Amino acid sequence: MPEIPTKLRGRAHVYGRPHINTDEIIPARHLNVHDEAELARHAMEDIDEGFVARVRPGDILVAGEDFGCGSSREHAVWALRGAGVKVVIAQSFSRIFFRNAINNGFLAIECVGAAELASTGDDLEVDLERGLLLNHTRGAEARFVPLTDFAKELLAAGGLLPFVLAKRAKVVA
Amino acid sequence: MGMTITEKLLADHSGRERVVPGEIVNATLDLIICHEVTTPPAVAMLKKLGIHKVFDPSKILVTPDHFVPNKDIRSAELAKQLREWREEQGIERYYEVGNHGICHALAPEQGHVLPGQTIVCGDSHTTTMGALGTFATGIGSTDLAAALATGELWFKVPETMRIDLEGSLPFGVYSKDIILSIISKIGVDGARYMAMEYGGSGLPSLSMEARFTITNMAIEAGGKSGIMPADQVAQEYVKARTSDAFRIFESDADAHYASRHRIQVSALEPMVALPSLPSNGRFISELSPVKMDQVYIGSCTNGRIEDLRIAASILAGNKVAAGTRAIVVPATTEVWKLALKEGLLEIFADAGCVVSTATCGACLGGHMGVLGPGETCLSTTNRNFIGRMGSTKSLVYLASPATAAATAIAGVIADPRDYLPSSGHPVLAPTGTDDYLWGV
Ligand code: SF4
Repeated sequence: MPEIPTKLRGRAHVYGRPHINTDEIIPARHLNVHDEAELARHAMEDIDEGFVARVRPGDILVAGEDFGCGSSREHAVWALRGAGVKVVIAQSFSRIFFRNAINNGFLAIECVGAAELASTGDDLEVDLERGLLLNHTRGAEARFVPLTDFAKELLAAGGLLPFVLAKRAKVVA
Repeated sequence: MGMTITEKLLADHSGRERVVPGEIVNATLDLIICHEVTTPPAVAMLKKLGIHKVFDPSKILVTPDHFVPNKDIRSAELAKQLREWREEQGIERYYEVGNHGICHALAPEQGHVLPGQTIVCGDSHTTTMGALGTFATGIGSTDLAAALATGELWFKVPETMRIDLEGSLPFGVYSKDIILSIISKIGVDGARYMAMEYGGSGLPSLSMEARFTITNMAIEAGGKSGIMPADQVAQEYVKARTSDAFRIFESDADAHYASRHRIQVSALEPMVALPSLPSNGRFISELSPVKMDQVYIGSCTNGRIEDLRIAASILAGNKVAAGTRAIVVPATTEVWKLALKEGLLEIFADAGCVVSTATCGACLGGHMGVLGPGETCLSTTNRNFIGRMGSTKSLVYLASPATAAATAIAGVIADPRDYLPSSGHPVLAPTGTDDYLWGV
């Protein structure tokens, strides 16, 4: 079972605009596949064509308000994870994107002012235990909203399906 | 303190006396709707975990809708996976191409949606079905997998935003204009995580078709669900389609609402949402006549028979402007057949429109009317995000079917009140045997 990491460090990719929607994260023309590696080749394509060439495993995506609004396509989470993104930190998330992320065991963190705190390329660290976003390039930091216990349980289980199965097994046992 | 319909529904389905917003509940599901884009990944997840049986095939409804008839080889593979899976699982409620439809329009039309149900679908516009007094919400593929395996799902009980619709719709103004005006007021995340509950003196006068357009777009305000009480109109709609029993939930008079809003429906004008957010709504009188390369009438928002009747009443005897293409996409096969019987398809064809079989098609930039760079489209769909209907350099304007039809004739954004026959709306009297279904 994957542990939730307590600290993540990576380079920032900052998209401060509010309401970045799932059509931009992974356009519908790619919804005829659901292979993560293939989706990853088109991550963020309609908002930033250069993203896929720049992103490296372990990077951190920083966004503004209402990130991931629109369509319920989980392909948005898969595309970002497939591209190597470890965590998305946004001012706020749309409901379905947030739920999809946590259900996949993918970290989505709400942090007010995150997008103002970082520029693309900055060296960021997410300290989950202390609830802190640290920008080592600028020497700045911000507190974020701690994950709920339920979200932590899901993440610790590795996502919704392992969580549901484990609970079922307990009932059966 | 009392509870809202949504709270009552979720309490009932999670075996509790009462629930409060913010609480996490595990709720049983009455209906799970599956289409070819988000279901195959869910099925693949379950197979990987060694789960080969759905919890109850009789609670599942399957239809391909997004890329049908198959737009390319990969879409054909998805539709094939969906078809094979439903056969293997013995799911009887299946609508193959030829009987198919956009799931959110098809499920209620075919009598599968009953007041008092909890409904999920791997699609954000599942909120549509809340117009029949259900808790209906969109989910991703992992949630869908869990739902298919267990028949349950966790939900955070949403806060409820109450919106009262007062008065009746003026000439040339439709329910699409109501919802565009609401989203423009509260913003695309104005109801984030919330149930958008409707009531007010204006609600009884709206047909079911008009209501679905309103709840359809709850997600465009960030809502978790849209919900309306299952009143007389709703009950008649359901009873015309199924003899299954249903339960009615109503909000208590002392229910707690996160906020309350009142819309004077009678003061509205036709609205157009400018590119590239559904919240960019403007009254049509404030707009200049921007040229449109394409007009699109269809989708789970506005592809029902009433929508086509309204559009046809404007297009009858007119021609689509030179330099503009008009595409009409009935939301379901049943709508297509009714439109045929009522002579609407002929009206569209004579006016120079293309009429397609039911599909999501160009609504999400799939096929049947994808936009090229620099092109403009006035569409009756629900999203005008950048690139939604094709090129990231195309521009989408959202409006009602009436405004779309008027725009098709003018070639530029046009006010439907200048084109509607003065006797009111909808003008075309339905003919044929199936009319009772729509209670016109
Ligand atoms: S018609 Fe458009 S909005 Fe409706 S389900 Fe299909 S793609 Fe989604």
